[in-house]
Amino acid sequence: MIRKPPPGPLEYLRRWPMRLWLTAVGIFLYAPLIALMAFSFNDSRRNIVWKGFTLDYYDKLFHDSALLEAFANSLTIAAASTVLSVALGAMAALVLWRFRFPGKTALDGALALPIVVPEICMGVAMLVFFARVLPWPQDLPWPLNLGAIIIAHVSFSFPFVAVVVRARMASFNREMEEAARDLGAGEFRTIADVILPHMAPSLVAGALLAFTLSLDDFVITFFTAGPDTVTFPVKVYSMVRFSVTPEVNAASTVLIVLTVLLTAVALKLQGPSAATAGHGGEKP
Amino acid sequence: MEQSWKQAKAVFAAALAAPLAWLVVFFVAPMVIVWAFSFGQNQGLTEIAISGTFHNYARAIAPLYLQIFLKSAWVAGLTTALCLVLGFPVALAITFAADRAKTWLLLLIMLPFWTNLLIRTYALIAVLRTEGYVNMGLEWLWKGGGALAALVGLKPLGAFQPLELLHNNFAVVLGLVYVHLPFMVLPLYAALDRLDRSLLEASLDLGAGHLRTLLRVVVPLALPGIASGVLITFIPALGAYLTPDLLGGPDSQMIANVIERQFKRANDWPFGAALSFVLMYLTFIAVAIQAVLAKRTPEARG
Repeated sequence: MIRKPPPGPLEYLRRWPMRLWLTAVGIFLYAPLIALMAFSFNDSRRNIVWKGFTLDYYDKLFHDSALLEAFANSLTIAAASTVLSVALGAMAALVLWRFRFPGKTALDGALALPIVVPEICMGVAMLVFFARVLPWPQDLPWPLNLGAIIIAHVSFSFPFVAVVVRARMASFNREMEEAARDLGAGEFRTIADVILPHMAPSLVAGALLAFTLSLDDFVITFFTAGPDTVTFPVKVYSMVRFSVTPEVNAASTVLIVLTVLLTAVALKLQGPSAATAGHGGEKP
Repeated sequence: MEQSWKQAKAVFAAALAAPLAWLVVFFVAPMVIVWAFSFGQNQGLTEIAISGTFHNYARAIAPLYLQIFLKSAWVAGLTTALCLVLGFPVALAITFAADRAKTWLLLLIMLPFWTNLLIRTYALIAVLRTEGYVNMGLEWLWKGGGALAALVGLKPLGAFQPLELLHNNFAVVLGLVYVHLPFMVLPLYAALDRLDRSLLEASLDLGAGHLRTLLRVVVPLALPGIASGVLITFIPALGAYLTPDLLGGPDSQMIANVIERQFKRANDWPFGAALSFVLMYLTFIAVAIQAVLAKRTPEARG
């Protein structure tokens, strides 16, 4: 029998108190979510004691037109705000990475603001803006009526995309650019053929980040949404206020699975660093 | 390195115009309007006259609301401290784990933080409510205890009284810790991962215990990372809306809930605007403190 060597001085993970601690934190983080997902399959309305497996609540979910509409709204908003955020974020990153210009520090600081400002303050600002300055007509045909929410989401997502893209551009070899220019490529041609391909992985990571941020957001949406423009989190919020029901569990499970899939795609594309890129994983 | 903007004006203008315009119109302008409203007063039902009054700010720091600010800061501070205590060993373990385990552990920490905030809060409600899993487990233990007591001839225990775990300050702090723990672990891990391990080994070799190494070597070196973790946890916790709203009781209102009420129900926008700017200034102060701490980085990266 081969005996494992005793843990080295810094192999904290192999000491039992540390393992116990990690297990406890893991249970704390995951038990509520796993219970939530498990009980979405439970055949009992009271939803505490396991009565048997059922897909009834998923069936109900897919026939609940209000919830489906909210889900469609959320996905549409997320898709639209992702496209805009990636375009704006990439442009902002390009400018800040490439050029020296007066007011650069100010622009850099202003771009960090939407990341730092508390969500509630931004939500309130959006509410005031769309109530007083740019009243968004409520009776526009779908999906144009979602415009106000899309604008708000882009405002808080694109600075995150800019951070991710700029981090990627730090590893760009400028000689490539010079080579392109020597070979006769103009400014725009250089960007399209040399800089953009280098940027591409960060654009994908930024897009996934923007998509999740948009899909996740409750507070800012809550302040911009009208009665006809309910998103999935806003809908779930009104259901949760009311009571704990298996339907909410089922709806949540669908969203959790979607998030896990998106995270898996991000990790496949970028390696583990992609997942830390968002949500305050970087230093402001 | 960087090019002067004058060398490629067309590219510069083309790339700058759209993000700058978006930022100014859809972020700075709304903020400025709220800021202007904070110096205004209500006239009639919908009109707001910006009269340059400081009345709203005076109200915002009057005892009633000052107390809510203090309470929010206290709750956010407690949350941050608990996250630090819970998260530091986790970050330490991840840092010194083997590569494969490290990737998996990071993933495990990150997954909940990519999960919708509302869903995580809802999951906690299901756990904590009077007929939730915690109370169910306790009831089961209680009954077991009762049966055991009857067996040895003691007086039977009374009926089980479920604990009120929801709609109080305890639930708010627990919820905030639950939601923000990953925010703390990731910057801590980033800081600890950059440490020069030979310093730790030297300390252990020279006879310092693990605890002493931790306090005298690891913590001082990782201080900028700790500061950034503290900030990243404290700021969102200070402005938290959803957690106190769903998990808190009538006495666990935090500042974000008061701001929401001014805008959505009380319809006192100028006052709400002043409150939201006080919160913003507090946030900026926190950021400034962190920036100062980060500047004093010890030059000991080896």
